Amino acid sequence: MWQFVLERIRQKHRTFDYPRLTPVMPARFQGMPMVCAGAVEDDEGPLPYCPTGALSVGKDHRLRLDMGKCLFCGECERALGSNAVKFSKEHRLATKRREDLVITDVELTLANALSAESARLFGHSLKLRQVSAGGCNACEADTNVLNTLVFDLGRFGIQFVASPRHADGLLVTGPVTKNMELALRKTYDAIPFPKIVIAVGTCAISGGIYAGHNEVNCGVSDLLPVDLFIPGCPPHPWTILDGLLRMLGRVKQARDNKPEV
Amino acid sequence: MSTTPLLSFAHGSVVPRADVPQLETPAFRAAIVDAVGAGHRIISFFGHPAADGSIELLAILAHDADGKLSAASTLIDGKYPALTPECPQAHWFEREIAEQWAVTPEGHPWLKPIRFHPSYRPGSTPWHRAKETPAKPGVADYFRVEGEEVHEVAVGPVHAGIIEPGHFRFQCHGENVFHLEIELGYQHRGLEHHLRGGPGQKTIHYMETAAGDTTIGHATAYCHLLESQGNIRAPARAQVLRGVALELERLANHTGDLGALAGDVGFLPTASFCGRIRGDWLNLTAVLCGNRFGRGLIRPGGLGCDLEKEGLKDILNRLDAIERDMAGAVELLWSSTSIMARFEETGCVSHEDANAIGLVGPAARASGIGRDIRHDFPSGIYRYAHIPLSTWHSGDVFARALIRWVESQRSVDFVREQLSMLPEGAIATTPASLEPDAMSVSLVEGWRGEICHVALTDSQGRFEHYKIVDPSFHNWFGLALSLRNQQISDFPLCNNSFNLSYCGHDL
Repeated sequence: MWQFVLERIRQKHRTFDYPRLTPVMPARFQGMPMVCAGAVEDDEGPLPYCPTGALSVGKDHRLRLDMGKCLFCGECERALGSNAVKFSKEHRLATKRREDLVITDVELTLANALSAESARLFGHSLKLRQVSAGGCNACEADTNVLNTLVFDLGRFGIQFVASPRHADGLLVTGPVTKNMELALRKTYDAIPFPKIVIAVGTCAISGGIYAGHNEVNCGVSDLLPVDLFIPGCPPHPWTILDGLLRMLGRVKQARDNKPEV
Repeated sequence: MSTTPLLSFAHGSVVPRADVPQLETPAFRAAIVDAVGAGHRIISFFGHPAADGSIELLAILAHDADGKLSAASTLIDGKYPALTPECPQAHWFEREIAEQWAVTPEGHPWLKPIRFHPSYRPGSTPWHRAKETPAKPGVADYFRVEGEEVHEVAVGPVHAGIIEPGHFRFQCHGENVFHLEIELGYQHRGLEHHLRGGPGQKTIHYMETAAGDTTIGHATAYCHLLESQGNIRAPARAQVLRGVALELERLANHTGDLGALAGDVGFLPTASFCGRIRGDWLNLTAVLCGNRFGRGLIRPGGLGCDLEKEGLKDILNRLDAIERDMAGAVELLWSSTSIMARFEETGCVSHEDANAIGLVGPAARASGIGRDIRHDFPSGIYRYAHIPLSTWHSGDVFARALIRWVESQRSVDFVREQLSMLPEGAIATTPASLEPDAMSVSLVEGWRGEICHVALTDSQGRFEHYKIVDPSFHNWFGLALSLRNQQISDFPLCNNSFNLSYCGHDL
């Protein structure tokens, strides 16, 4: 008995005061990419340095980086140099619209709160059902970790529940394999209205590296309307938490500080 | 054994494909069955299209005690006599062969699809599904126990927690489970199919996501394979850091599993401490490369990024504190009799069964089998730095928990020792082109067990066929066996004591 109490004291209080404090990301963390503002000489279309075609040249001959396809592998930064593309340490990446994930030289529009009605309904109590549909268990693991005491998701009134009937929404990971399509639809159908859908990770947003395989869809949007996109391969747990809180209107729209480089 | 028709070769060597003996099917079958009887085990067994349109079956065996691999092949067309009745290790492999290549292993005792996808060549699958007919996952006949008061419980593919999808059918008598049948395939992404013609720009990313929690394991197996095929060696510094990353991956997952096991028996202190400590290990991997799962770290020829002085100091500083926290959290388990009562004699897999079905990894070692790639088929840093082999004899949940704890301690020692004498120098050599018409096998002891990659190259030195065997492929049937005569309420406990990969199996 005393052993348990002693150990509890030794293990200390570890919950991080988020979002009041900003977590320090690892030195090599690849967060929000920034692309150069100037025109490039390349022709319009995807650039060869990117394994998923996330980096392309637009009609205006400017670089565009689609975070919804990006693996955050940094191949482009190595090939083109940090003057053209640079991954910052900014972990806040979630958006409400798919097109907002495309980075140009304009600042990213982070997700803002749901409608006033949804915020009233879900703002202080959001129950989610998670469905993995071809996810590699990295997005799943870093979603699950929000339940641990560093992140302590429960203090925000957000909880993962066992049954879709008890849920207000669906958090999906993976490109949505053909073999999970029916189960995903049935789970979605079982959730009562109004309901929200959150796509976590590059696979769930665009199919990621698996886009174009006959065995998978190109993300959740192929099947269901998505309300929140959280990019990353996998997204850092702070990125996921930030996205959820933003959607609920628990963090302000504007970034309170500039991305840390 | 001198009369064996199998070709014997060393792990990490490049074998000309022409040297692999192509036997008549009865001789092939006899050779495999005899070899397995003599202590070899099947580490990979797959089909691929031969030039004449028939299917070549290729079997790779390992002899752990001798540290030798062996191989043989045979040509088949449409059907062949199954090995499974005499060699249970072949069970899952033969189901895979049947599904992929529309052939029938005749006499297979439980011939069902394992991934539910159309076959890769025209022709009728054993369950008479035409190539064009879409496969419906989970739609199949299940093993049924009949009788009064016998009932069936079906779970999944969507589960209660945040885990990957799979379908489980229990045949129960009251609370007692007679039989569990596990049906997977929901995570099938067509990964192996897209490796052909490679290596390409996407290949390393496929490897890193084959099983996302084993990013380092699969990426290392792939890179070792490319390096042996290209006859190059990653520099010493890269070899050491690969080993460090592999052990950090093991530590993170073993810690998470010990916490999950505590959670399954309702013991919250260890569950919540370990949940956090798992993250502490992942964060050390993030010091190496920025990503908690090690994405971008392992690259053909060496590493994608170096560990600088500050990072090295940071890891060594944090190591002691995490080690202490983990010991404090885990020791609570062993000193609580109510937890031991739940762990002991739950989910037993006997030594004989574990050997017969070819279990690997901590699950095998928990059933008293001294099987560890780091020990039997070492590559990279493991050739020079030895990690003691940890085994236990009881084969129950307790044994699988204990093995995780014991080998975690060995992993911490290894990481500390290796980082304290990290060699200086380059982190990568230039990748070389691959040997044409060759075969090579790469083995890595991932945290779940043996990861086996086999590549066959064509005349241009491209991948004609690439086969991945995740440890889960061997071990899912072990989980099914562990449930026999257990309370159905112990399923989560048994399941977490194996903690197998769905996507690593489904690929």
